[in-house]
Amino acid sequence: MVNLTIDNKKIEAEAGQTILEVARENGIVIPTLCAHESLDATGSCRLCVVEVKHGKRTRIVTSCLYQVAEGLTVDTKSERVLAARRLVLQLLLARCPESEQLQEVAKEMGVEPEPRFTPDKDNVKCILCRMCVRTCEKIVGVSAIGFSYRGTEKNVCTPFKEDSLTCIGCGACAYVCPTGHIEMETTETGDARTIWGRTFKMKTCKVCGRYFAPEDQLAYISSKTGVPADNLAVCISCR
Amino acid sequence: MEEKVKEIIQRYSGDKSYLVPILQDVQKEFNYLPKDALCAVSTHLSVPVSRVYEVVTFYKAFSLKPKGRYQLSLCMGTACHVRGAELIARNVEDILGIKEGDTTPDLEYSFETVGCLGACALGPVIVVNGEYHGHMNIAKSTKLLKNLGKKVATDDQD
Amino acid sequence: MTKIKSFNELKSVQERFKAGRDPKKPCITICVGTGCLAYGTQKLVDNFREELAKRNLADKIDFRTTGCHGFCERGPMVVIAPDKVFYQRVGLADAGEIIDKTVLKGEIIDRLLYVDPATGQKVVHEDDVPFYKKQTRLVFGQNSKVDPESLEDYLAIGGYAALGKALTGMKPEEIIQEVIKANLRGRGGGGFPAGWKWDSTRKAEGTPKYVICNADEGDPGAYMDRSLLEGNPHLVLEGMIIGAYAIGSSQGYIYARNEYPLAIKNITRAIEKAREAGLLGENILGSGFSFDVKINRGGGAFVCGESSALFASLEGRAGEPRAKYVHATDKGLYDKPTNLNNVETWANVPFIIEKGADWYASIGTAGSKGTKIFSLVGKINNTGLVEVPMGTKLREIVFDIGGGIPGGKKFKAIQTGGPSGGCIPEKYLDMGVDFDELTKIGSMMGSGGMIVMDEDNCMVNVAKYFTNFLVSESCGKCVPCREGIRRMRDILADITEGKGREGDVELLEKMSTAIIDGALCALGSSAPNPVLSTIRYFRDEYVAHIKEKRCPAGVCKDLITYSVNAEKCTGCTVCSKVCPTGAASGERKQVHKIDVVKCTKCGACRESCKFDAIIVR
Repeated sequence: MVNLTIDNKKIEAEAGQTILEVARENGIVIPTLCAHESLDATGSCRLCVVEVKHGKRTRIVTSCLYQVAEGLTVDTKSERVLAARRLVLQLLLARCPESEQLQEVAKEMGVEPEPRFTPDKDNVKCILCRMCVRTCEKIVGVSAIGFSYRGTEKNVCTPFKEDSLTCIGCGACAYVCPTGHIEMETTETGDARTIWGRTFKMKTCKVCGRYFAPEDQLAYISSKTGVPADNLAVCISCR
Repeated sequence: MEEKVKEIIQRYSGDKSYLVPILQDVQKEFNYLPKDALCAVSTHLSVPVSRVYEVVTFYKAFSLKPKGRYQLSLCMGTACHVRGAELIARNVEDILGIKEGDTTPDLEYSFETVGCLGACALGPVIVVNGEYHGHMNIAKSTKLLKNLGKKVATDDQD
Repeated sequence: MTKIKSFNELKSVQERFKAGRDPKKPCITICVGTGCLAYGTQKLVDNFREELAKRNLADKIDFRTTGCHGFCERGPMVVIAPDKVFYQRVGLADAGEIIDKTVLKGEIIDRLLYVDPATGQKVVHEDDVPFYKKQTRLVFGQNSKVDPESLEDYLAIGGYAALGKALTGMKPEEIIQEVIKANLRGRGGGGFPAGWKWDSTRKAEGTPKYVICNADEGDPGAYMDRSLLEGNPHLVLEGMIIGAYAIGSSQGYIYARNEYPLAIKNITRAIEKAREAGLLGENILGSGFSFDVKINRGGGAFVCGESSALFASLEGRAGEPRAKYVHATDKGLYDKPTNLNNVETWANVPFIIEKGADWYASIGTAGSKGTKIFSLVGKINNTGLVEVPMGTKLREIVFDIGGGIPGGKKFKAIQTGGPSGGCIPEKYLDMGVDFDELTKIGSMMGSGGMIVMDEDNCMVNVAKYFTNFLVSESCGKCVPCREGIRRMRDILADITEGKGREGDVELLEKMSTAIIDGALCALGSSAPNPVLSTIRYFRDEYVAHIKEKRCPAGVCKDLITYSVNAEKCTGCTVCSKVCPTGAASGERKQVHKIDVVKCTKCGACRESCKFDAIIVR
C-alpha cells in the first residue's frame, strides 16, 4: 500500500495503480477522452493530465499512465493543468466542430472555442482517441482497421482504404467510438449491416429467429474457439 | 513477385522486427511498393495487413506509387533553407507542374524535399538519381531541369 | 585477420601495424566522406590510383582514403605526408601534377593552397590552417588517420586498446564509475549523464539487456554522427562494446538513418571485420565476455530519434513514442532494460577509458566536460564540422574558426539544438557552449547543429520553417503536438503573409506553455522552442509583420515588392531573360522595370543581377 495526496486529500492506494484509477475510486473527477476500462491506457488525448510533485520535482503527467508512489502529491486542477486541458479541448473543437459530444465535454469544463483556430471543414468527427483500433487489435483480435500516415494526416482506415477482408462486421469499433465517427448501417429488416464499406450478411438466432450477428463474426469465433459455428447461432437473450 | 518477397523475408530470418528493412528491400526491388507485394509481406511475415499499411504510410522512405525516371531530391535542411532552398523548391514545382512528393504523369520526374543530406557546404543541393548538384540557385535549378529534357517557359525568350 | 585471443596478442598486433606505417614515407590522404563525394571526389581518387599505377609507385607511396576531415567548404582536399602539405579545392584531374610536383619533388602547387582571408597568406601545412589550428580535435581528428574500411589502420593508431584495458583490467562497476567521474553527458541532445544511465541499466531487473547506438541524426543541418560513423566506425563500435561489458549486455543495435547509405556500409563492414578479429562476438579477446551488434535502418522519420519511438521502429512498428514514466533503462526495447546513447557519446568512451576520467574532466566547464563536435553551417564562410572544448565562446566558433559571414553581411543569430532548440542573438556571442548555459537562454546544445543566420534571414520565417518541419514529422498520437503545432504554424504563416492579428504573439506564447506541458514526447514539448526564442529576441520582427505588414529582412513574399534601382541598373537584360513571367523587362542598355502585377517574387532576378540593382522591400 502507498500513501499519497490528491487535491489535499490523503489517500491510501495499492501499489501499481494509476493516479486515474485511485482518483476515480475516491470520487475525484478527472476528465478523459481516450481511456476505456477494457483497454490499456494510451495517453494520447492528454486531457487527464495532472500536476505531480515527488520530492523536489514537479511534472505534468497523464494520470491514466502514471503510477502512484509513496509520498506523491497530486493536483488535478492546477493552473498549468487547466491550461493544458483547455488547449486540448480547443484544438479538438476546431478539428471536429460538428461533434456534439466534444461540445458537451467542453461545456462541462467551461471551455470556449478559440476563435483564432479556424474550424476544419472536412466534417471529420474522429478525435484519434485510438479506441477503435485498440479494440479491434486487442479485444476482437483481427486488426481489420489501423492507423495510416502521421501527424495531421493520421487517420483510421482499412488497409489501402479498400474493403478489409479481415473485418468480421462485429461493430465493436462503432460501439466504442465516443463521437459516432464510425458509421454502421443496418437494413430495415436487419438482415445485413454495412460498416467500413463492406456489407455483412447477418445470421438469425436458432431460437427466436431474430438477426443478431454477422455470419463472418460467428465463423471467426468458431475458428478461434473450435466451437462449431452452428452452436454459436443463439443470440444473447436466448442463451 | 511473391517468390521475391519470400526471399527478402528469408534474408532477415522471417523476424517480424525487421519489417522496416524488409519493406526497404522490397521497394528497392520493385522501385515502389506494389499492393500485392505488401499483401505478400503480410502473409509470409505473419503481420496484419493493417500494420504493414500503417508502417508503409508512416515512414517517408516508402512510396506506394511508382517513382519517375529522374528522382530529384532537394535538401530542405536548415542550412540549405537559410541559403534560399524554399525559392528553389517553388521553382522546381512550377516547372514540373507537380507538388513535392509527387511524380509527373508521364513518370519522367519525381520531386521530393528531404530533411537534410548532410552536404551543407554545397548547399543548396539537389540530388538527381544519386548524383549531387551543389551550390544550387533558381537559375541553376531551371538549367538542371532543362538539361534533363524538361521544356521550360523561358525557353521562348532566348 | 585471424582472431586475436588476448589483450597481449592485441598489443603485439597493434605494434605490428603501427610499425607498418612509416611516418617518413610519402602518403597521400584524400577525404571521401559524403560531403566530398558530392564534389565528385571519387573521380579524383580514381585519377590518383591510375596515375600512381602508371608511374609504378603503388608500393612506394601510401594512398589512403578517409572519412570526413571537417573542412567541408574546401573539398576536395588532399593531404600529403610526411610534411602534411594541405591542398584544397583540388581539381578532379590534378592527381598527376600533385604526384609529380609535390610527392616526388616536394614542390608546392600554389593555386591549391588555402589562403587565410584574415592575413592574405597562403598556408602550406595542414596544422597551420586556422580552421584546424583553433580546434581541439580529440575525437574527430582520428578521421584523418584511418581508412574506415581498414581495421588495420584503426589498430595501428592504438585502436581497441581501451577495450583491452576494460575487459582485462577493470570490473564493470569500475568502468561505470570512471564514466560517471568523467561526467560524460549525452551528445545526442538530452545531455543526460551517460554514466548514470549505464548504472541504472546495469542495476535494472530483467534480461536480456540491450545497448543501442542512436544514429538517427534527424536535426536538419547536423551531420557529425554521419561523419563519425562513416569515417571511424571502429571508434564507435569500441565504445559500445565497452559500454555493453559495463552494463552486462550481450546484444546491441545500431539504428541508423536510411538516408546514410555510406555510414551504414562502413559500419557494417567494420562489424564484420571486428568479428573476424575476435573483437566482437563470442569470447571477446578471450575475456569470456560475448557481445554482438545488429544494424537497423530507419524509415525516414525524425521522431525516431526519440528513444521510445526508436524502440518502436526496431520492433517493426510505426515510430510512435510512449509515455516515459517508466525509464527505458528499466523497460525499453521489448520492455527490457535498455541503454541508448548517441554516436558521439559512444565515440568518447574509449578516450575516457584509456586516458582516464580525470584527464577528460580537465577539459570543458564545470557542468559540461570534454569536447563537442558541431556542424557549422548556413551563412558562414568555413562550412564544416568543428570540434572544440566545452566552454568555447560562440564568437570564436563563428568568427575565428568559421571565418565569419560571407559577403560581409552582418551576423544576426545562431540556431542550436535543431527544431528543439532556439535562436541565439548577437548579444550572447561571448557565451561559452555549455549544456546548461544554452538552456538558460532559451536554446539547447542539441546534437550539435549550429546554423548561422545573417541580416537577410527573417526570424519569423525561420520560426515558421521549424514549426512546419515538426508538423510534417509529428507522429500524430497526441493532441497538443498533432493539433497544436499545426495551429501554431498556421498563425505563423498568417503572420508571414500579412494576415497576422493583434494578440497573435501572446496566443503563440500561451499555446507554447500548454504544449510544452501537455505533449507526450520531447518532439512536441520542445517544438515551441524556436518560436519562443525568436519571439524573445526578435519580437520587433513579429511586430513589424503584424502591425506594419512589413518584413524587415525582405524575405516574406507577400510583404515584399521587387523593383529596379534605376541608379544601378545597366540594362544588361539578364533579369528579363531569367524572369519566368515577363514581369522584368526592358531594352538593352536601358533601365529595366518590374511589373508588380506579373511578378511572382520567385527571386530569379535578384539572384542573377550582378549590379545589385534589384531592390526587395
